[in-house]
Amino acid sequence: MTTPHAHHIVKSYDNELNRLTGEIVRMGDLAVAQLEGAISALTARDSKAATAVISGDAAIDALELEVGRDALQLLVARAPMARDLREVVAALRISSDIERIGDYASNVAKRSRILNQNDPVKLASSLPALADLAGELVSEVLAAYSHRDADRALLVWNRDEQLDDLYTGLFRELLTYMMEDPRTITPCTHLLFMAKNIERIGDHATNIAENIYFLVHGEAVPQTRRKGEGVYDTQAQ
Amino acid sequence: MTDTYTVPALTMAQAAQPTPAKSSPKMAARDLDFHYDQFRALKDVNLDIAERRVTALIGPSGCGKSTLLRVFNRIYSIYPKQVASGEVTLDGINILDAKYSLNRLRSKVGMVFQKPVPFPMSIYENISYAIRHYEKLSRSEMDDRVEEALAQGALWEEVKDKLKQSALGLSGGQQQRLCIARAVALKPDVLLLDEPTSALDPIATGKIEQLVAELKDRYTIAIVTHNMQQAARVSDFTAFMYLGEMVEFGQTTQIFTKPVKKQTEDYITGRFG
Repeated sequence: MTTPHAHHIVKSYDNELNRLTGEIVRMGDLAVAQLEGAISALTARDSKAATAVISGDAAIDALELEVGRDALQLLVARAPMARDLREVVAALRISSDIERIGDYASNVAKRSRILNQNDPVKLASSLPALADLAGELVSEVLAAYSHRDADRALLVWNRDEQLDDLYTGLFRELLTYMMEDPRTITPCTHLLFMAKNIERIGDHATNIAENIYFLVHGEAVPQTRRKGEGVYDTQAQ
Repeated sequence: MTDTYTVPALTMAQAAQPTPAKSSPKMAARDLDFHYDQFRALKDVNLDIAERRVTALIGPSGCGKSTLLRVFNRIYSIYPKQVASGEVTLDGINILDAKYSLNRLRSKVGMVFQKPVPFPMSIYENISYAIRHYEKLSRSEMDDRVEEALAQGALWEEVKDKLKQSALGLSGGQQQRLCIARAVALKPDVLLLDEPTSALDPIATGKIEQLVAELKDRYTIAIVTHNMQQAARVSDFTAFMYLGEMVEFGQTTQIFTKPVKKQTEDYITGRFG
């Protein structure tokens, strides 16, 4: 449920803003479904399902274009001010984050198709967990957007660290497999890229959280979050 | 090959921030009340007008913004039933004090109205008329002053060959720039603009806005406007008034992106109050 825009003297202005925010919610729903689809295609080794995910990305791209057009129209026709202006700016930024999330989900699906051409490998155990957490963060941040709830968005913002930690663990796990058996280097490298894509999805959820905070409060998130060194200080042992 | 990219000195948002004004304002209203007979049009208004900055006054019709401008140069004083109380200071001196000479005030605080009102005389005389009232100048000195004023009004190039022609033959936009030139001819400290572009087309409006940007290097400017984009474009500070009260005052960027008061937000976003 989105908080509807209302009470403008010109009613069609309300409608235009509602349409814009509705498009964002639809984009978000699609992106979450794409990520879930990509992971289930991976675990089931289902290339057909992976292909469906890849072609499904076009719908998100199309919605992003629609958001861009509608935002432009709003800027031209309404010259929005204050909260309305922030709504339009946030919609533009958030749509581009969701579009990237869709791209990453599609990338995961592409690599899973490649993996299916080879013998099955022991799937890094924490990859689905990583994807689940990323999906949860995206769903949560979109719910925060729907309710214009900056506090809820900040919770997501703070939880990105969990995703980074999981990713670092996964990175170590895959390195270990590769060192133990060099024949796994090719599939593990694909898995590593998939993990990186999923970790990036978390970063985009964080961006969306920051934009929700900006939308509500008109300023940037005040404190800076601790950024761990993550994989950059992981030593191959 | 060297990297030619240089980091811009200022972002656009930073550049839009007015540089801090001097601590003492050029003009200030203190606990200002104004009555049209029984009707209280201004209620306890406090406002600082920063020197050599543009301050925009916005608010719905009847909120008191034009009244406030009228108090700033005591234009109301010809009407016996209109009374101001409280203080309006110019350089720290209360101009509402009956001892403050009206002549002196009008030479320091110029005003331009919504509808251009050129005098029914030549372009040259429109400018020289007011100057002659205050100063005794030789013919050549007067020529220089007229040229200077018309140049400051961004009108000189368009009218220099027809100074003897009637000002009434100018276009609306030119007439308004003539009125601004006439106001600055007396070298005032403060320029009050009451909806100066509401009767003009976008090109003439653009010229006036460009003129305001140039004039603020020399003059302290207060502008009343119903056009919120105009306030956002030309001003450093914005005051929002409602029903005779000063609701919110702040840096223009803040007022239009992140107003504090709900009344301000409702007004500038076009919502029902």
